[in-house]
Amino acid sequence: MSFSVTEASGRTKWIAGILVVGYALITIAPLVWIIATGFKSGPDSIAYPPKVVFEPSLEGYVNLFTDRTRATEDMLEEAGPPETWYDQIARDQGTIITGPSRYGERFLNSVIIGFGSTALCMLLGTAAAYAFSRFRVPLKDDLMFFILSTRMMPPIAVAIPIFLMFRQLGLNDTHLGMILLYTAVNLSLSVWLLKGFIDEIPVEYEEAALIDGYTRFQAFYKVVLPQAATGIASTAIFCLIFAWNEYAFAVLLTSGTAQTAPPFIPTIIGTSGKDWPAVAAGATLFLVPVMVFTILLRKHLLRGITFGAVRK
Amino acid sequence: MAQIRIENVRKEFGSFTAVQSSTFTIEDGEFFMLLGPSGCGKTTTLRMMAGLELPTSGQIYIDGEEVGQKPASQRDIAFVFQMFALYPHMNVRGNISYPLKSQGMPSAQVKAKVAEVAEILGISDILDRPVGGLSGGDRQRVALGRAIVRDPKAFFMDEPLGALDAEFRERMSEELRALHDRMNATTVYVTHDQLEAMQMGDKIVVMNHGVVEQFGVPQDIYDWPATRFVAQFIGSPPMNFLDFEGMIGAGQDEVRLGDATIGVPRSVDGRAGKLTLGVRPEHVRLDDSAAYRGRVLATEYLGTTQIVTLETAHGAVKVRVPSSDPVTLGATTGLRFDARTITLFENDHGRALTSEANRRVLGHG
Repeated sequence: MSFSVTEASGRTKWIAGILVVGYALITIAPLVWIIATGFKSGPDSIAYPPKVVFEPSLEGYVNLFTDRTRATEDMLEEAGPPETWYDQIARDQGTIITGPSRYGERFLNSVIIGFGSTALCMLLGTAAAYAFSRFRVPLKDDLMFFILSTRMMPPIAVAIPIFLMFRQLGLNDTHLGMILLYTAVNLSLSVWLLKGFIDEIPVEYEEAALIDGYTRFQAFYKVVLPQAATGIASTAIFCLIFAWNEYAFAVLLTSGTAQTAPPFIPTIIGTSGKDWPAVAAGATLFLVPVMVFTILLRKHLLRGITFGAVRK
Repeated sequence: MAQIRIENVRKEFGSFTAVQSSTFTIEDGEFFMLLGPSGCGKTTTLRMMAGLELPTSGQIYIDGEEVGQKPASQRDIAFVFQMFALYPHMNVRGNISYPLKSQGMPSAQVKAKVAEVAEILGISDILDRPVGGLSGGDRQRVALGRAIVRDPKAFFMDEPLGALDAEFRERMSEELRALHDRMNATTVYVTHDQLEAMQMGDKIVVMNHGVVEQFGVPQDIYDWPATRFVAQFIGSPPMNFLDFEGMIGAGQDEVRLGDATIGVPRSVDGRAGKLTLGVRPEHVRLDDSAAYRGRVLATEYLGTTQIVTLETAHGAVKVRVPSSDPVTLGATTGLRFDARTITLFENDHGRALTSEANRRVLGHG
């Protein structure tokens, strides 16, 4: 019987395939359930036994984006017949729409703060990582350790001091404050990750560019940056996911203007009973930007662009 | 094209001194080899000439202008890296034209220039290929193309053949030398391969531990090494060293090794104590009538010649003789040294003693 070290046997491949599919199902199941719940009606969402097949409804999404009140006979009479499809959905639940909800605003806050801090983090992180990688920085190793140590305590431990500082600086509940905070938290991660990526880029490329008549800065952005694209893309995804999902700081430091979606979504439960379809709809929409961002950057993640240009 | 002058150049990295104090001159149009074992400071010296490292002290003149503290981009030189360092995100054309773009040359002119260089190097057909899939030889040619496209004052090459397979090396070394002769450009070439240095170089600097050991044309360096290190580093097999206790007076032309008297070039220096007699394997003949005796330990067959290793009272001696000479393992025979070719070394610093034969070479070494 032939035996190969590198080529798996047929049976091994089958077992591996089953394991991978099994793992994928376990990972995807909660996600699918949340997305499905977003399209269920209120009673269907809490039905027992759980309903796998159900009649789809936009109730959750309508409830997510609107504030409603329980309708009395007088109110219905005053309002007249429903004017739009979402009016109709609200009426079917015995409620009447009183105005738009805050979800849109909160979602926009998340976008501004998440992407803003990610961009700032990439800008500062790439510059710092490049300096740490290429220049003789005094006490380099100590500084790198110190940078990482900012992540060694739980966020909640520093939340109160940050709250006090932010109050002094007028940064409480502002977009700028949250962007700065998430940038500070993420910067350690991004400097460490990016330094690793930049260390991998042979310094000869920059030297070649210097010899070819370019300045150090030109060499950095024309030669190093394109090759660090893979690293920058994956680091950006990590930073965005953290800033996007962050809950503890957001719940403590924002309440109104700069509140992000994570602390807002749980409040939906409270406003009109346990409105699970609306919560699920909010969570589903909340997933979209990170997913889109990851898919857009996916080709950078997979591309080994330095392959073969330098022999090691 | 330009003359390059290095004066008392020194480079320290923290407490480590990479280059002690180098002084030498590279004439306009020369193919100049920086030769030495790894860690000897040859690459650091080259990088200082190129402006990739700044010297701790000393001056570097390119074309009469002191450039020691200037950045690489202002020196108008080209550098070929051992690993080629082709920009991986550009194709061949992009790589070759990159130095021209930095000068702001109009694109029509860039195109013409790149085509001309590609023609010289025989890579016109791969101009639009990505650099990733190229063979070692083609990558080397692209790296050369990027260097020559700009007509710089000098070319610096850091072991450019080091990353190539053996079959390409030979070819590329010929191509490189031909390219140099055609362009007549001052070229400084770093290598640890003494054969490469002897083959290609007009002049050679031999470095060791950050010190310039010797500087001159290949034949002088081979025939009249200034130090034991040079004698050992150059030549394969290297020079034989016979350590002995003895003396040589100024004007004398023989030394005593044990019972044997051995003729040497007439000495200018006088010295007594621990000395070393250096003789190249091809300057020893096996002659049963000779007074200096050795026992045959081994033979290596090399085609037209063979290397015979003999054990003598002063250590092993390798002798290069025609393959047709009969040699019996274990037999004792006489060794006759060619008196005109012998170098004596003092044992403290391993420096060659000056004789009438090597005075001309050591005089400006």
